[in-house]
Amino acid sequence: MAKLKLASYWAAACGGCDVAILDVHEKILDIAAAADIVFWPIATDFKYSDVEAMPDADIDVTLFHGAIRNSENEHLARLLRAKSKILVAFGSCAHIGGIPGLANLFSREDILKRVYLETPSTVNPEKITPDPRTAVPEGEITIPVFHDAVRPLNQVVEVDYYVPGCPPTPAQIWNVVQAIVSGQLPEKGSVVGASEKTQCDECTRKKQEKKISGFKRIATVQPDPDTCFLEQGFLCMGPVTRGGCDTRCQLSGVGCRGCYGPPPGVLDQGAKALSAITSVIESKEEADVQRIVDQIPDVLRSFNRFAIPASLITRKVL
Amino acid sequence: MTFEPKIVGILCNWCSYTGADLAGTSRIKYAPNVRVVRVMCSGRVDPTFVLKAFADGADGVLVAGCHPGDCHYIEGNYKTIRRIALLKKMLADYGIEPQRFRLEWVSAGEGDRWAQVVNSITEDVRKLGPAKIREFSASTLRAAGARSHKTA
Ligand code: SF4
Ligand code: SF4
Ligand code: FES
Repeated sequence: MAKLKLASYWAAACGGCDVAILDVHEKILDIAAAADIVFWPIATDFKYSDVEAMPDADIDVTLFHGAIRNSENEHLARLLRAKSKILVAFGSCAHIGGIPGLANLFSREDILKRVYLETPSTVNPEKITPDPRTAVPEGEITIPVFHDAVRPLNQVVEVDYYVPGCPPTPAQIWNVVQAIVSGQLPEKGSVVGASEKTQCDECTRKKQEKKISGFKRIATVQPDPDTCFLEQGFLCMGPVTRGGCDTRCQLSGVGCRGCYGPPPGVLDQGAKALSAITSVIESKEEADVQRIVDQIPDVLRSFNRFAIPASLITRKVL
Repeated sequence: MTFEPKIVGILCNWCSYTGADLAGTSRIKYAPNVRVVRVMCSGRVDPTFVLKAFADGADGVLVAGCHPGDCHYIEGNYKTIRRIALLKKMLADYGIEPQRFRLEWVSAGEGDRWAQVVNSITEDVRKLGPAKIREFSASTLRAAGARSHKTA
């Protein structure tokens, strides 16, 4: 059998997904034995022009991580779509927008102003902000255009598979690689490397039917190590998050933040989280309920930390 | 063209829907802007319904159920109280004005109150103008970055 041609690309990403791929440790050698890596900016020296020179559908599988934030991200999404037989949205950002998606709560102008002019660590007396085109004596130089909003990959090009996670766990990455190598991928459009159930289904913490009269924050109170976070009054997005990560956050002592995205059938992870979280509140009095919910700072970002660009309402109305 | 608010009303079957019916049979005149969806209990109202209504172009959403203590299913509207309190915070985080969304208690005998509630939310939303939520969401989906940008 000819070796598989594999590519990995980062768009608006932190690099964590690439690190997670390397975290399969010595199995990376097995991947190298089964596949030729034809493009992987973080690890190899291929250029965009090398990809542009490839025939269409020449790459067998591209693992695309990162969201679409600027024109460069979008160009590479389209390019790699054309050059790949299978395009995988890899990690929360490509899957549902991820942490970069939180930027959809701000306007592009506010972001640029904050980053280039206002942050305490910025020294920019000439108030230079990025301009896509700049005239210099030698001609014109261009940089990517910063888009109005962040989008997951499938809002830009057709996606064949989704691997959730921020980042996907190495064990699941390995499962996905094996499925690819053995040609055992499921139906197109599927989420792979995750389960069809929720975090709660896999979580080993003790669950009773406990009702709470207030919320706590992990920074100020030590949670009991064996009891369900929600029943102790700590936020946990487990009820509205797809399983598959081996509940790594709950095992390390914090509630699930929701990075594996909504489970099958859930249209809006944040809205579902509202229902799930409020179901543990004890009170029936409007004023008391208000007191309790006011203990949750930043409701939207706590309840829909990873999926705003893939939700019913994809951005703040400005 | 004058702006006519489109408001989605989600009403529980036992109190508020019956109350709205009474407003009709009593021939009370009130704003025609609320499109009514009947659910068995206000406790059935998943926050997803409200976000979906806004995402699909509603300018306002009104959830109505039995007064606390009167729910046909005893506890349903207590659940509503808890959910809606959080939902209001989430809508605010989305930049949606609080006047666009309301939870109201309307009993089966309060046809006149139903008419008042509808008139009042319709006026509030009319003052605000169109919600633009659908347009904003759609602009995310479009290749949004074509225009060049400059900051102050
Ligand atoms: S809510 Fe969180 S801590 Fe509780 S069972 Fe579900 S995943 Fe585990
Ligand atoms: S527990 Fe939740 S936030 Fe943590 S890795 Fe798993 S899905 Fe992601
Ligand atoms: S039946 Fe009316 S609120 Fe439950």
